[in-house]
Amino acid sequence: MHRSSEVKHVASYLNTRGCECFGQPCESHCPVLTDRTIHVQLKTFIKIRVKPDRTGVVTDGVKHSMNPFCEIAVEEAIKLKEKKLVKEVVAVSCGPQQVQETIRTALAMGADRGIHVEVSGKDYETLGPLQVSKIFAALAKKEQADLIILGKQAIDDDCNQTGQITAALLDWPQGTFASEMTLEADKLKVVREVDGGLETIKINLPAVVTADLRLNTPRYATLPNIMKAKKKKIANVKPADLGVDVCSRLEVLKVDEPPQRQAGVKVETVDDLVGKLKEAGRV
Amino acid sequence: MSQCLHLSGSLAGFQAGRRFQSTGPQASARAAALREAHGGFSFELTDQQKEFQEVARKFAREEIVPAAPSYDRSGEYPFPLIKRAWELGLINGHIPEDFGGMGLGIFDACLITEELAFGCTGVQTAIEANSLGQMPVIIAGNDAQKKKYLGRMAEEPLMCAYCVTEPEAGSDVAGIKTRAVKKGDEYVVNGQKMWITNGGKANWYFLLARTDPDPKCPASKAFTGFIVEADTPGVQPGRKELNMGQRCSDTRGITFEDVRIPKENVLIGEGAGFKIAMGAFDKTRPPVAAGATGLAQRALEEATKYALERKSFGKFIAEHQAVSFLLAEMAMKVELARMAYQRAAWEVDQGRRNTYYASIAKAFAGDIANQCATDAVQIFGGNGFNSEYPVEKLMRDAKIYQIYEGTAQIQRLIISREHLGKFKQ
Repeated sequence: MHRSSEVKHVASYLNTRGCECFGQPCESHCPVLTDRTIHVQLKTFIKIRVKPDRTGVVTDGVKHSMNPFCEIAVEEAIKLKEKKLVKEVVAVSCGPQQVQETIRTALAMGADRGIHVEVSGKDYETLGPLQVSKIFAALAKKEQADLIILGKQAIDDDCNQTGQITAALLDWPQGTFASEMTLEADKLKVVREVDGGLETIKINLPAVVTADLRLNTPRYATLPNIMKAKKKKIANVKPADLGVDVCSRLEVLKVDEPPQRQAGVKVETVDDLVGKLKEAGRV
Repeated sequence: MSQCLHLSGSLAGFQAGRRFQSTGPQASARAAALREAHGGFSFELTDQQKEFQEVARKFAREEIVPAAPSYDRSGEYPFPLIKRAWELGLINGHIPEDFGGMGLGIFDACLITEELAFGCTGVQTAIEANSLGQMPVIIAGNDAQKKKYLGRMAEEPLMCAYCVTEPEAGSDVAGIKTRAVKKGDEYVVNGQKMWITNGGKANWYFLLARTDPDPKCPASKAFTGFIVEADTPGVQPGRKELNMGQRCSDTRGITFEDVRIPKENVLIGEGAGFKIAMGAFDKTRPPVAAGATGLAQRALEEATKYALERKSFGKFIAEHQAVSFLLAEMAMKVELARMAYQRAAWEVDQGRRNTYYASIAKAFAGDIANQCATDAVQIFGGNGFNSEYPVEKLMRDAKIYQIYEGTAQIQRLIISREHLGKFKQ
């Protein structure tokens, strides 16, 4: 693998898909995400409904856009390019035709070219982190990438697996939950947000980094850049071309809405409260 | 070149309403099939238009909306916001590509304007005054003038202004008294302009002055359009006027005292000014209508949100028909105003004279902006009257839409003239 002080190639992988819900910048959409506070301003309060057959959620007619953590990943890649530490930024997304819009957004932000890995229909509905990681690993080898930056997780399925599995498949070091990253010669210094605080690690290139919220603030695509992005190329690739089988080994048994919040009961005195708690077996 | 022209011939690019646009493959296939079946008339935006609109919307909601109340209170010129908008390419979009702009059509400009106006019409008016000032140069300037005065707008975030109105002449443009006298290779200008947006912040002005003193000379020959550098000796901007609304926009009187303008800065030639000034309006009225629509949309959204939160008599006030009917009527007006400005913008982008549509759009949008703002305050009730809530500002900001860029009455004059003219043919 060609290694020099100038990283040749940064592949920024965009996650626009989730499992049942397509990636969308909405914090209150998915039944499992109740109390997250992702400070993504572009909140679209879409009421997500579980499909009547309980195999997933309704995605028809719901606007899809780039996963916010992936926006942060793209921004980081472009910053590296602006600092002249990397030569080329490639934006990749797996999914049906619509993901091209998302790749275009990345191009408008400053990525050099895009790769659209076509996965549609039933395959897309069952596409999960393992298959996506296999695709990314195959592409990384093909493109001879030196650095892969992805969002730490998709905000619809919250899997938080793709980055880690990709690194494992490639046998590359990983810097996950990055809130800061610095390229130092052919090593990467990554400050990670962990439960106990911040952890600083140094990893060799090539590596996989997953972006956390505080890594940067993504730029807007400017209008002139949106126009320029139309001239940038998006290559089309199929998983089969990369030797990847997208068949899923998981079967979704059912998807349910979270239980309706029960009304509370008001009590008059502290004694009443203690009494009720005893009744409920809580004390 | 313009994005609207590429949808040439029978296709029209319209916005598919504010509700969530379906981007699924079935929806796109259906849309394409419909276009085939109906032979062209379409409300679909191009991908690029949608992206532009998205950037403008994001910028307006994330950066303009939070900052607007304090700019309204202080009246301070929102230069940081304008600079940001300039960096994103949201202003000066219609400057031709040869001079550093993006050569966008009026339709695309209107899409962006509506979104910015949603954030704050004071900010949006300051930005729109740029378009108004530049339009005479874009439609009537020679290459040297375009390169010099449009080029510099694309290189740095500069402002310009359109100086036509005077203290004694607003609607009656032909009644302006500012005199320009030719002396050698220069014109010497004396006079007084009033209510000039960006008057104190402009780098240069488009100025309309009377060059033929003969009172019998027809308006179409008596006036000349000039480009005036703001730092020319004798140009004296007055104090910033304190207005009812759009308070952060810089509006001033300007005195011209023996201001010398080189003859190179005459647009087209002596006597061509009136036509240039009027021609600019056909291109700037649709964006003004779009701005009014943005304000009305904001009123509608704020009122709707409130109506779904506030309760009275045991239910959300949106469930009382009196309130939901108010919202319904606001929605009707907003949708129609949007369609009106889009039609006017599309007509001019197709290369046709759009005076009729532009006047209808501006008149209608100005009126409904006021109605929707008032209704929004009504829905908020006592809270609406209070400055802690966003709607009283909308009411104050809306009024000017019935006045500037051609009063509501002048628009009706124009529409009736156009309408009767068509009938007589």
